[in-house]
Amino acid sequence: MAKTILTVDDSASMRQMIRMTLAGAGYEVTEAIDGTQGLATARGKAFDMVLTDLNMPGMDGVSMIKEIRKLSTYTGVPIVLLTTESDAEKKAQAKTAGATGWITKPFQPEQLLSVTKKVLGQ
Amino acid sequence: MKAADPKEIFQQEAQDLLVQLEQALLDLEHAPADGALIDTAFRALHTIKGSGSMFGFEAVAAFTHHVETAFDKVRQGAIAPNRELIMITLHARDHMRQLIENPEAADSSAGQAILAELQRIMEAGAAPVAATPAGPASYRVRIAFPRDVMATGTNPLLLLDELRGLGRATVAALTDDVPTLDVIDPTACHVGWEVMLSTAQPPTAIEDVFLFVRDEMTLEIEPIRDTTPETPLGEILSQRGDVTSQAVEAALHEQKRVGELLVEAGAVSPDKVNAALAEQQHLRRDGAPKPSANSSVRVPAERLGELMDQVGELVIAQSRLRQIATVSADQQVKSVAEEIERLVLELRDTTMSIRMVPIGALFGRFRRVVHDLSRDLGKEVALTMEGEETELDKTVIEQLNDPLVHLIRNAIDHGLEDPAGRAAAGKPQLGHIKLAARHAGMEVLISIQDDGRGMNRERIRARAEERGLLAKGAAVSDGELLQMIFQPGFSTAAQVTSLSGRGVGMDVVKRTIEGLRGAIDLQSTPGHGSEVTLRLPLTLAIIDGLLVRVGNGRYVLPLGAVEECVELSAQEDARSRGRSFLNIRGDLVPYLRLRELFACQTPADPYQKVVIVSSGDLKVGLVVDQVIGDHQTVIKSLSKLHADVEMLSGATILGDGAVALILDIPHLVEFGQVREENQRAAG
Repeated sequence: MAKTILTVDDSASMRQMIRMTLAGAGYEVTEAIDGTQGLATARGKAFDMVLTDLNMPGMDGVSMIKEIRKLSTYTGVPIVLLTTESDAEKKAQAKTAGATGWITKPFQPEQLLSVTKKVLGQ
Repeated sequence: MKAADPKEIFQQEAQDLLVQLEQALLDLEHAPADGALIDTAFRALHTIKGSGSMFGFEAVAAFTHHVETAFDKVRQGAIAPNRELIMITLHARDHMRQLIENPEAADSSAGQAILAELQRIMEAGAAPVAATPAGPASYRVRIAFPRDVMATGTNPLLLLDELRGLGRATVAALTDDVPTLDVIDPTACHVGWEVMLSTAQPPTAIEDVFLFVRDEMTLEIEPIRDTTPETPLGEILSQRGDVTSQAVEAALHEQKRVGELLVEAGAVSPDKVNAALAEQQHLRRDGAPKPSANSSVRVPAERLGELMDQVGELVIAQSRLRQIATVSADQQVKSVAEEIERLVLELRDTTMSIRMVPIGALFGRFRRVVHDLSRDLGKEVALTMEGEETELDKTVIEQLNDPLVHLIRNAIDHGLEDPAGRAAAGKPQLGHIKLAARHAGMEVLISIQDDGRGMNRERIRARAEERGLLAKGAAVSDGELLQMIFQPGFSTAAQVTSLSGRGVGMDVVKRTIEGLRGAIDLQSTPGHGSEVTLRLPLTLAIIDGLLVRVGNGRYVLPLGAVEECVELSAQEDARSRGRSFLNIRGDLVPYLRLRELFACQTPADPYQKVVIVSSGDLKVGLVVDQVIGDHQTVIKSLSKLHADVEMLSGATILGDGAVALILDIPHLVEFGQVREENQRAAG
């Protein structure tokens, strides 16, 4: 069974790049354009992993992670952040909110793949 | 005994070295910085060159000299062992093999071409590479995670696995902090770990494993320097700072084990002692001498064969002796006969174990096959192997090479999709082939598994009908349909490639396996891949059998296949007349009357017995007149004249000199099941 990944990012090009990288490696990718949509999608289905941006219009990444962690189906599900170097403070907040790991932007597709494999234990 | 020709010994020795060289090269492709592998390759080349010139293989020595020079540069770090270099060295290795096996037939211009290419790569690759890392160092890694680590998506077990991936690791769990059951929070992480890790990677690689939780957790990485496998536990504990050396000293004055004493004295927790013990063991294994090649003796295979034959004759003679002793009144004869029986059985087991060799050596050869095929076909293939230590009769292993090569080729060529096909099917580009061996009762199971497209039932059916192997629209079970691919002249490949798809082979594979008294199982899920399982008997020569009587004839059933013996009551017999089913604890088992099958004319015994035998997952009952008892059986093959008798697999000589036939269980079971299906179909 292909592992399912929910990717939340307001940038279409970013989503496209993530989709191409992960789908090419055999993962099943679902997209959401902001925290609100991301949370709604996560409520509807238990994904194997969540990949999220932090700065998004509407509900931002940190609040979304807090909400997702309240869902019983998301205990133990890895949540990985897409963050920039300058976002150290937000990163710390997100970790407290329950994020598992992070990828620093800009990143290479290989980095994304290796982190995904790492947190999914493949 | 004739003295062995040193030339022959060199040829044998060189074969081993070439295998080592090949393995080292293939491993180097994945771990180019591994100094030990480079050394292995260099040593093999060096020995072949040296011995070659001593025993008159000048051409080999001259050729190898150039390859050795190249690898010497690699060893010194002047050239990196890149893909190109490994590839050409593999070619060189093949050329060397040819020079050794058949010097006259070797093509010297091909050799020249290889050397020229090697020269070119050496000049191109002369840029210095980073210094090869020093040999593996040992670290003591102490790990404690925050309590909520699992809730936030980090799985400590995955991280421990990742750590194991860095090198050889011994993991000790620290469970002192686990609360009692009534207060435990099952979602929290209460366990800490201590990992003794021997790795060639720098300590930063260890830290990288814990990248995401590094800030919240406690992670201590210390090199283990001063402890050796002989270091006493007390000293390790005090070096680790878990306990003072005074406490150790005091404990040593007592006579119990140091660890227990320290725990009892409250100087240290049981966890700490366990971790230290694990460290001691880890180091012991590190320092344990590898089984050396010198402790084995080379014996020509035919001499082993002779030994086996003689032991076989001895077993037969012994069973005659037993029969005489049973009817004799002489107590001394009886006791000697018992003693001899015991010794003969031990001798038989020892002799058989000599013939048993691990299948790993055979599996190792396939790495090259897969490597070359994946390159030729442009498919990325990863080969994983399991159960390499599984032992099997040497003669069986030798005959397995060709069938397995064929099955692996099929799996890669037909089974795995090309990269575009895999991408379209949403599979990772890298295809997987898994080769596994394991024991199951008296059999060894060898399976070849791929994650390719699986077998196409429609195409198999269409082809079988086209070839007249199957009547149009005939109803066959899925298993029978898949078995069609073993029919002579069957091939569904749309395109004939040079590697497979000529339709010769699968039938040969089946014949070879059946010649070894084995069977082939096929499983295939469309879109997910196929698995071919070869079921082989442990040994060819001797089996433990159950001796039964049918009419006047005596027959042997392999004991490994016998499940149980039950009586066929007249009542039950009458009830199932015409259907021939037996109710065994709720399971309906079809049974065959051997008297009918063998057309016995003598009157049947009033109390018929049923021996339930199994083959794979299927069971069938065999109705016999009498169950005589267990019997050591040396298998003698039947003459060519009887080779077509499918229900018999061989013959044996009984203690009284009479011949007993050995029943072929897989065929009988198949026969019984087919009859059952027919009866079901008939309603």
